[in-house]
Amino acid sequence: MKAAPFAYARATSVAHALELLATHGERAKVLSGGQSLMPAMNLRLISPELIVDIGELAELRGIVVKQGVLTIGALTRHVDLLKSAEVIAHAPLLADAVAHVAHPAIRNRGTIGGSLAHADPASELPACMVTLGATIIARGPGGERRIAANAFFAGIYETVLSPQELLVAVELPAAPTHSTHFFHEFARRSGDYAIVGLAAQAIVRGEQFADIRLGFFAIGDRPLLAKSASRLIDVAITPAILSEASSLLGEELDPPEDQQATPAMRRHLAKVLLARGVSSLLSRPDLCVGAPA
Amino acid sequence: MTSAVTISLNVNGERIEADVPPRLNLSDFLRDHLKLTGTHVGCEHGVCGACTVRVNGEIVRSCLMLAVQTQDRSVETIEGLSDSGEIADLQAAFRERNALQCGFCTPGMLMAAQDLLKHSSQPDREQIREHLSGNYCRCTGYQAIVDAIETTARARAGRLP
Repeated sequence: MKAAPFAYARATSVAHALELLATHGERAKVLSGGQSLMPAMNLRLISPELIVDIGELAELRGIVVKQGVLTIGALTRHVDLLKSAEVIAHAPLLADAVAHVAHPAIRNRGTIGGSLAHADPASELPACMVTLGATIIARGPGGERRIAANAFFAGIYETVLSPQELLVAVELPAAPTHSTHFFHEFARRSGDYAIVGLAAQAIVRGEQFADIRLGFFAIGDRPLLAKSASRLIDVAITPAILSEASSLLGEELDPPEDQQATPAMRRHLAKVLLARGVSSLLSRPDLCVGAPA
Repeated sequence: MTSAVTISLNVNGERIEADVPPRLNLSDFLRDHLKLTGTHVGCEHGVCGACTVRVNGEIVRSCLMLAVQTQDRSVETIEGLSDSGEIADLQAAFRERNALQCGFCTPGMLMAAQDLLKHSSQPDREQIREHLSGNYCRCTGYQAIVDAIETTARARAGRLP
């Protein structure tokens, strides 16, 4: 299908984009790479009256590392993240995750800001932001607002951004030394929407987790930072402990039913990812026994 | 409000100026306005890859880009790549290996394959499959397509000093 007719404005600066959004509010939609917005418009899921194209705003592009913080401009494309030495060094989880975002032709256009503002529950980057404890930076009529990633996502395609606000950047704490990460998703075809996915980062001390953050996605209306992870911290990981954490995870999840999977299948796959993730993070292949997928 | 926007871009080396409605996507602009019908339109939501073209040298989905976003950009379609001879060997390999049947996906396949070969001189079959993961073919079962790309990669590597 084709998108319904709309008016088009090419923003010449962030201030100009904010003016347009202040005037048109809910009737407008921001276009960055368009890799989520265009399908949604073509499928007539949304029909904005005005498209505010921010694609030419060079000030929103780029990756900077300063004092242990990685700042990524909203218009930074997936392909830029994939190739960035800074991202590979300081947010290796993100680098791994981006390789799972759609396909090369889409990664050449899609942006991190667009992906986060679109807030598809099955997409990889929102889960990474929650796992990595990112801060989302938005600008609006009232100035700048800093929002913790775990408070940013509000539902399916829904965030706490107001229609007058523009997501301008994200900040990630650089991965601590000795941290390890794990990223995996189940999908019907490489690059398709995940059926269930896990973005995990941990600090391993000795043979135990000093910290572990498990961000699951495609298991609810927004990415979920699993509380059951706390069962794995500062304790010798035995099959019994892992099984306990797995049961807790199962209780914590309330997965949706859709054409891809039943809630039971999603819950099962999340538990498989938990076992594989823990096993991989600790380099303990023995922990994966009994978790086939 | 939805009035036409004037755009100026380069398509296959030719300067183009046009007035386009904002909602017109690049694939329809190429096909309907410029009559470059080698770019195929399959799903219109970024899944099938049939509409793949190059913009400023990078492959993109032309169904997920508005014509108005191509202002001052350089667009290359399958007609451009074919006419310049850039992919003549790849096209010959597709023919020899039977890597197409109905041909609907072929322009997008060639675009994606050439993109891979430009960035990676000797991709293995796994890398070829991964790079083509965004392109559907409903006839061939992909095996022959991967064969043709692998053959072309080998031949090109042999030809380079």
